[in-house]
Amino acid sequence: MCRIGAIKSRNYTHPSSALQLMQSQQKGHDNSGFAMVMQDLGGIFAEYKHLPTLSMACTDEGIRIAEDILHEAGFLRVLQWAPEVDDQPGLDINAMPNYVFETFSYPRHMRNASQREKEDMLLDTRLRLRTALEDDEQGFVYSFWPDVITLKEIGDPRDIGTYFNLWEADERFTAKVITAQCRQNTNYDIVRYAAHPFFLQGYTALANGENTFYLKNKEFQQGLHRGYLGFESDSQCFLYTLHYIHRELGWPLHYYKHVVTPLPFDDIEQRDDKKQLLAIRQSLAHLEINGPNTIIGLLPDNTMFTCCDAKKLRPVVIGRDEETVVISSEVCGINEILPDRDWETDIYPNEREVVMINDDLEVQRWKQ
Amino acid sequence: METMKLNDVTANDLPWKVRYDASRCTLCGSCVATCSFRAIEAKVERRRMVFSEGNFPEPKQRFSAVPVIRQPKSIRNYCRGCGMCEKVCPNDAIRPDRNPDTRHPIVTRCLGGDSIKRGGRKNLEGSTRTLDKIRVGRISQMTDPSLDAQRHTFDLLAPFGRILPPKKLPFATDINQQLQSNETTPPVNWIYPVIIGDMSIGALSWRMWEAVAMATAYLNEECGIPVRMCSGEGGVPVRLLKSKYLKYMILQIASGHFGWNRIAKAMPHMIEDPAGILIKIGQGAKPGDGGLLMAQKVAEHIQAIRGVPKADLLSPPNHQGLYSIEESVQKMFLSFNAAFKFRVPVAIKVAASATSVSVFNNLVRDPYNIVGGFFLDGIDGGTGAAHEVSLDHTGHPIVSKLRDCYLAAVTQGRQGQIPLWAAGGLGKTGDLAADAFKMIALGANGVFTGKLILQMAGCIGNDLGRCNACNTGLCPAGITTQEPQLAHRLDPERAAQNIVNYFLAMDTEFKKLMAPIGNSSLPVGRSDALVSTDQSVADRLQIQHVC
Ligand code: SF4
Ligand code: SF4
Repeated sequence: MCRIGAIKSRNYTHPSSALQLMQSQQKGHDNSGFAMVMQDLGGIFAEYKHLPTLSMACTDEGIRIAEDILHEAGFLRVLQWAPEVDDQPGLDINAMPNYVFETFSYPRHMRNASQREKEDMLLDTRLRLRTALEDDEQGFVYSFWPDVITLKEIGDPRDIGTYFNLWEADERFTAKVITAQCRQNTNYDIVRYAAHPFFLQGYTALANGENTFYLKNKEFQQGLHRGYLGFESDSQCFLYTLHYIHRELGWPLHYYKHVVTPLPFDDIEQRDDKKQLLAIRQSLAHLEINGPNTIIGLLPDNTMFTCCDAKKLRPVVIGRDEETVVISSEVCGINEILPDRDWETDIYPNEREVVMINDDLEVQRWKQ
Repeated sequence: METMKLNDVTANDLPWKVRYDASRCTLCGSCVATCSFRAIEAKVERRRMVFSEGNFPEPKQRFSAVPVIRQPKSIRNYCRGCGMCEKVCPNDAIRPDRNPDTRHPIVTRCLGGDSIKRGGRKNLEGSTRTLDKIRVGRISQMTDPSLDAQRHTFDLLAPFGRILPPKKLPFATDINQQLQSNETTPPVNWIYPVIIGDMSIGALSWRMWEAVAMATAYLNEECGIPVRMCSGEGGVPVRLLKSKYLKYMILQIASGHFGWNRIAKAMPHMIEDPAGILIKIGQGAKPGDGGLLMAQKVAEHIQAIRGVPKADLLSPPNHQGLYSIEESVQKMFLSFNAAFKFRVPVAIKVAASATSVSVFNNLVRDPYNIVGGFFLDGIDGGTGAAHEVSLDHTGHPIVSKLRDCYLAAVTQGRQGQIPLWAAGGLGKTGDLAADAFKMIALGANGVFTGKLILQMAGCIGNDLGRCNACNTGLCPAGITTQEPQLAHRLDPERAAQNIVNYFLAMDTEFKKLMAPIGNSSLPVGRSDALVSTDQSVADRLQIQHVC
């Protein structure tokens, strides 16, 4: 089973906090991996927020292939950072030869393109890289997006932290939002792409649970958008639905809940907006999820939210102080990094609500 | 003694032999009175007894005339094996026995020079049904818990009506971040995933039709189960058309347009809209064939409802002027949509066929989003009357065809936009919940059922040649007859009660199937929940093979 967590702070935060948040919950998962997405970057990336950063794990050949593609597309590298690895013997990590975090300037012909055009081009480039590196597992391309970094690896989260020197906080590698999950294992194989958080065009999602409507979701999603692919994990469907509802359909975020866990028909009948809710339930019937799960999502504007299945079979807790809001599968994780908070303000969301944290750290509880 | 010729019909040529035990018979006459087919008659047998009374053989003979029950040697009044005689006999003195050596199929054709007609469904049983080779094999346990069938709530509803693709929803966000719809969208009714399917008031006795209508109303009003009933082609009593119960009815139109004169006339007086319109193009039991109501069944009230004289009523195999799918879409659907002011969904029913997927593809691509349901009827569907050759030898099994249509929709990313409803022998083994559930997991939104409803009411016909005499108007159970004496055998309230109880049982069984796979709404297209022990079935349906 997965454990998930997210930190959103006014201050730049080092991933060591995310490791601590997850470490205390280690009895709840199988210690088979660690993955995180950092957004709203500080440290060495702070100056380059408007430019896309590539997050990739690959072989030497993989680097060459990827750089050729990017070069040909007209991207120019402006920053390169590779974590200093501590490859001490005995660490439980299934490391790739290289971890690449590189920031690029846009190709000349794209500089005056609209935001939307740039975003679509970034997606297409990432997909091209992904395909090119697929053969012989030359590399895994997790994100290629401004102000976002993704790191995923197979192994024991504690050792992964040691390997990447992430236990020691520093000023160089920080972000205001970090989402993290421990467990690489899907219900099937151990696959790098199967680890959440998943990322697509500014949207991040991670989940703890099972999506028993996976097949329905997948069969529907794969025709909706070229970016909806992979499906290595049933939780990817949560991301694609989020992206579809918010970006493709342009609906306000709270409708996400109505899509994934629609109200029972009897309840819809009682509502003033029944016409809309029924239409949503009908047209997006194949995006409904079933089974136990909690979702944490992140939007391009750094809005963070969480919601769970319609029976609250998977819980989640939100704790906060003045500076930071933390979401976690288990409250012990929050106790670890916000020990002095007023725990009476902790929120245990119910099955029919969405808790949203905007960029001013204002927490809104929205009832479905 | 009668002289027998080689080609004379004898009991041994007939499908059933009546076994009669004179020694148990009390001569009450109940069996003869009961047999609606006149397949038994009271006769007097001449008996000769030879006896000798003295010490030496001194044969004498005694003659007597004994009243007995006999089976006429006729291909007209032959025993259908309905067992009514056995049912009414106080002494177990009579019963039909299946005759495995029957020459009936040959003799009937030779003597009549006409094709054999009957009711029921396909009687050629090949092997185990496909659905029985499929199990619900993906059980939720541990991290993904099963639900509690008693405690949790389940959304057991299916759409009837055209569903727009998400990008076509006419939504705009207002200043309060709420979606507002600024246009009307096609009507969709969410109903129980089992429709009581289309048996006309001419095919059924008025008492049976009333029983079904009563059960439908009761299930809706008292049990909160929103079941809909389809009228079949043949009209609806005006009283019902003008009542509030019309909202539970799906009105059918087929190529004969029977009954539509009255429906059209009743429109200004309707206080509720019907639940939907079903345009019947074809039927699984006799694909390519139109409806058939034999003159025997065209009683006075049927003549009135349908507006016809007493004659064989044949619906043409085709809708006049319907030459293309596009035309069917435009003409028929638009006129019905307009007639009910775009408030009533309109669907189409076709016989499953090797070509169903192309028809479905055409409809699903229709840019006007008109067709509100694709009803697909397989070879095992029942009928009131058809040529036996059509019943047994034409048609297409429903399971793979439904799956093909669903997967065709998946390929186009249009699953769910035209709801798929499947039928054709579902519930044949008596267990409709299991069959329906498997069809839903394979991609159906719901199913429809007819024959099983009759069996709930007391029909004793089966797929092994028992009875199936629905075409004769002599239904021994009072179900498919317009003869007042026979129709009165059926107690409509009791039949309605049976139907209601069956649906209540089925509703529980649906939950018992949804709970272990952990789903609270219908798992439409969740084929990952199914497994098959048969490799070819698994391959064909794209589900997991297990052994
Ligand atoms: S079984 Fe039915 S058809 Fe046959 S003799 Fe008895 S009542 Fe008549
Ligand atoms: S009992 Fe009636 S409805 Fe059933 S098969 Fe016989 S004639 Fe048909």
